[in-house]
Amino acid sequence: MLSQYFFILIMSGLAVVLPLTAVIMGYFIGPRRPDEVKNDIYESGVETIGETWVQFRAQYYLIGLVFVVFDVEALFLFPIAVAYQQLEMFAVLATIFFVLLLVIGLLYDWRKGALEWQ
Amino acid sequence: MQITQWSDALSGWLIGLGLPEWAAIFLVYAVGAFVLINYGMLSVLLLIWITRKVISRIQDRIGPNRVGKFGLLQTVADAAKLLSKEDITPREADKIAYNLSPILSVSGVLMLLAVIPFAPGLIGVDLNIAALFVVALGSIGIMAALMAGWGSNNKYALLAGFRVVAQLLSYEIPLVLSILTVVLLTGSMRFGSIIESQSLHLGGFNLGVGWLGIVMPGALLIFFISSLAEAELTPFDLLEAESELIAGFHIEYSGMKFAMFFLAQFLNAWILAAVMVTLFLGGWQGPGVGLPVVGPLLGFGYFMIKVFGVYVLQQWIRGTFPRLRIDQMMYFAWKVLVPLTIGLIVVQAIVQKLPTPVAVHYVLIFIANVGVLAIVASILQKYFREEQMRTKRSFEPTSLIGTMQVNEEGTMY
Repeated sequence: MLSQYFFILIMSGLAVVLPLTAVIMGYFIGPRRPDEVKNDIYESGVETIGETWVQFRAQYYLIGLVFVVFDVEALFLFPIAVAYQQLEMFAVLATIFFVLLLVIGLLYDWRKGALEWQ
Repeated sequence: MQITQWSDALSGWLIGLGLPEWAAIFLVYAVGAFVLINYGMLSVLLLIWITRKVISRIQDRIGPNRVGKFGLLQTVADAAKLLSKEDITPREADKIAYNLSPILSVSGVLMLLAVIPFAPGLIGVDLNIAALFVVALGSIGIMAALMAGWGSNNKYALLAGFRVVAQLLSYEIPLVLSILTVVLLTGSMRFGSIIESQSLHLGGFNLGVGWLGIVMPGALLIFFISSLAEAELTPFDLLEAESELIAGFHIEYSGMKFAMFFLAQFLNAWILAAVMVTLFLGGWQGPGVGLPVVGPLLGFGYFMIKVFGVYVLQQWIRGTFPRLRIDQMMYFAWKVLVPLTIGLIVVQAIVQKLPTPVAVHYVLIFIANVGVLAIVASILQKYFREEQMRTKRSFEPTSLIGTMQVNEEGTMY
């Protein structure tokens, strides 16, 4: 059991080290002649104006919040799904009630226009 | 049928040679992980070649055919060229985010290979939470893309980074929920036992065609559509829409760092195809996998054929479909796919507790899935008909769109 996660650990170590080796190899094999124009920001030949890191739309924030709600829901449903064959009637009703609560949440988001993209 | 894991067999052999147990396990795991990761990084060379060939044929071209037989070595040449390119960091970039994101994006995808079952007994590690592992690692790619967009100090890259977050987050929900339908039916998150449950025994012989995709075509379609979006393929490729954002979030990258993003993208499409095959199309199941010696070899063959088949299908769609607008994409994810998958889960939860034989459960689940399939198909058909009408209208001679227009003063512009 624990040795399975040992494999995951080795795998994740190698999955970082091997791409890192490739990138470092590229860094040393390739030429290095930086100049003012080359290091400039590429915006199709037009010089960039103003700051890049500005405020962005609140819409992305809303999508992020709705995502968190549904992702946590899915996380709760996975263990229930695995044990579903052994569940009692009460637990089944509770599960369905839990899912329906989230449907109500989705309908509320829908009515409030959080899912619209203006 | 008792399946021996490759790692148990190999470490048992090493212990027999006189190695202590921990050293044997470490050695076997290190070799296994090294082989898997190298397979992942090298198979991309073949995947890119397949993509270029398929898309060329769709566009009535021949595609790469000069370097090597059938142009097979073209991608090797491309990789060698990228290795010799200069590594440019744009001025005032956020160095940490800029340099970390290519490695993060590729390692998140490579780690997924650990739970892909290639053949009976040939699986990196048969984790008992494999489904959750896939879902969890899928989020690392999102973070890497946002870091690339933010760190590049480029407005187009930043815009693309935001779009990545919006798109991938939205389509992750239907993806996760359609995986959940499979877990609910099989009662396991272990990929090994999900595949085991898709066998079909007939008189002691394993036909291996009890695929879940036959019982749940609706969930299969939803998983396929969301996997297209997660792999950033064309109907949903608006995070690197060339005509709007130049090249997306990796616009400022060059050389090996660019290659890493490229690798992650193609490998991600392949791995999502592999997960789809595992969950819905029977994995390595097929006629004759229960046989003693040829069984695992046949299983490996079936798995590869299925995965590359799904991969070619993905690229076919990439070559033929028009790109969606961002509002259409969001609408489709949140107002069509999410309610439908939640509906499927509720129906399945009720059906599986009915006091009837299991065959009746399967029939009822199948009926619900066909309903979902019909709804998604009718929405897609309506959309494509509108799109066709719009395209046709813009080429009609009476229309002013696409022709020279005359303004009120009568001068052409």
